[in-house]
Amino acid sequence: MANVRVAGTGLTAFGASPERTGRDLFAEASIAAFEDSGVHRDDVEGVLYGNFMGELAEHQGHQGPLMAEAAGVQAPATRFESACASSGAAVREAVKRIRTGEDDVLLVGGTERMTNLGTAGATEALAIAADDLWEVRAGTTFPGAYALMAQAYFDAFGGDREELAHIAVKNHDNALPNENAQYQRAIEVDDVLEAPPVSEPLGLYDACPVSDGASALVLTSEDYAAEHDLEAPVAITGTGQGGDRMALHDRDHLARSPAAREAGEEAYADAGIDAGDVEVAEVHDCFTIAEVLALEALDLEPIGEGISAARDGRTTADGELPVNLSGGLKAKGHPVGATGASQVAEMAMLLAGTHPNSDHVADATTGVTHNAGGTVASAMVHVLEVVA
Amino acid sequence: MSDIDEVADAGFDEWLDAAETGDAYCLECANGHGSLPPRRVCPDCGATNLEEIVLPETGEIETFTITHVPTPAFEQDAPYATAIANFGLVRITGQVVGVDPEAVETGLEVALEITVSETTGERVIGFQPVSP
Ligand SMILES: [Zn+2]
Repeated sequence: MANVRVAGTGLTAFGASPERTGRDLFAEASIAAFEDSGVHRDDVEGVLYGNFMGELAEHQGHQGPLMAEAAGVQAPATRFESACASSGAAVREAVKRIRTGEDDVLLVGGTERMTNLGTAGATEALAIAADDLWEVRAGTTFPGAYALMAQAYFDAFGGDREELAHIAVKNHDNALPNENAQYQRAIEVDDVLEAPPVSEPLGLYDACPVSDGASALVLTSEDYAAEHDLEAPVAITGTGQGGDRMALHDRDHLARSPAAREAGEEAYADAGIDAGDVEVAEVHDCFTIAEVLALEALDLEPIGEGISAARDGRTTADGELPVNLSGGLKAKGHPVGATGASQVAEMAMLLAGTHPNSDHVADATTGVTHNAGGTVASAMVHVLEVVA
Repeated sequence: MSDIDEVADAGFDEWLDAAETGDAYCLECANGHGSLPPRRVCPDCGATNLEEIVLPETGEIETFTITHVPTPAFEQDAPYATAIANFGLVRITGQVVGVDPEAVETGLEVALEITVSETTGERVIGFQPVSP
């Protein structure tokens, strides 16, 4: 089975730009991805595009063809929606299509416009990733659902807010050289502990920001990359998806992410690696506790021990397994529909040596990305490897 | 928003009606899997013959949070405690009522009590702590 090459990556800055339309954001990201790839737009056979709250934020559905148009591509286009894992789902589908030989060149990415909704509107829009009848109408918010998991984790395995705070501090440190990051600003543990509570035990600095932004990838078959002499040293060698019950209360575990475990195992097997081969990871840290659950689900930390990984330096930039060198969702920002593809873009750059934080993983050849939807009722995991 | 709020949600609204009068139930399949309505198929085994069974009078809080930044539908209710409580065959998410949010803890025994949002007047699943 031929590898799928990451030929080009494009990201807008993540942050607050409430006046910019989704189509403008995606156009910017796609232009950057095409320029980076050297691939001509005429060769694109399909656009796979992730977006979550377009109806609420922009009164815009049917975004697939709109975004193909914005990118200057004449090809069939489909929107993928899996809450915060929307563009992760798009990447996964693209990988499968290229592998079967159906397509050689695909434009993949995602966009989210959120800050124009304001805090209350964004909170409401994000909440619809949960079960409306049984969770949202009981007052569950997106941070609230993760807070339920954080409290369950503390009760099951121990740990405290101070350990979680180290995750936020680490990811802010990682974002310092990333010019696309929403927060290029160092914080300290006390800043996290003293921040206003959002949904206890989680406070403002345990949460990713509300963000606008877009991501784009030009993915090609290995043959196409060779024929066109593309500089595309990184391949997506594994893909996996996991699913779980929609409502948190219907899960077997309140402090674990079985969907992410399923996705990880599938992606590792697909790539022919195991967790011990992973040298760098970009995981879905929409809240500090989410990074803990992700590391444990991906077998990068034993169950119950992920919470101390940042505090003890195992996942810091110079640790044995750097996690979220991009700054993560926490500091890079989380325009939800753009996130999954942006993680793949950051990882491809880290492994190719073109990321501002590449020096921390100079010898790394294997990385993993983890993108979660809702309270991880959906999970998409990808393995990236240097192959050329 | 207003129009959609007028529309009944069959299964869910009936459950709230029953819970209000102390007749809360859950669904059970022949294999003993519990679930909440509205549902036609057991998510565990695919059984399609689901029976309403009486929910135990009390449940136990398994995890909780105090929300300070709510959705607009709970703007005037915050801060409030939300919990997941175990009622035997099913767990339910609800707001803890009748007690200071700071007094909520894991293991607390609670009874269902349908309350209303101070912000919208809509019904909300609530949990009332049971005094020992
Ligand atoms: Zn069953």
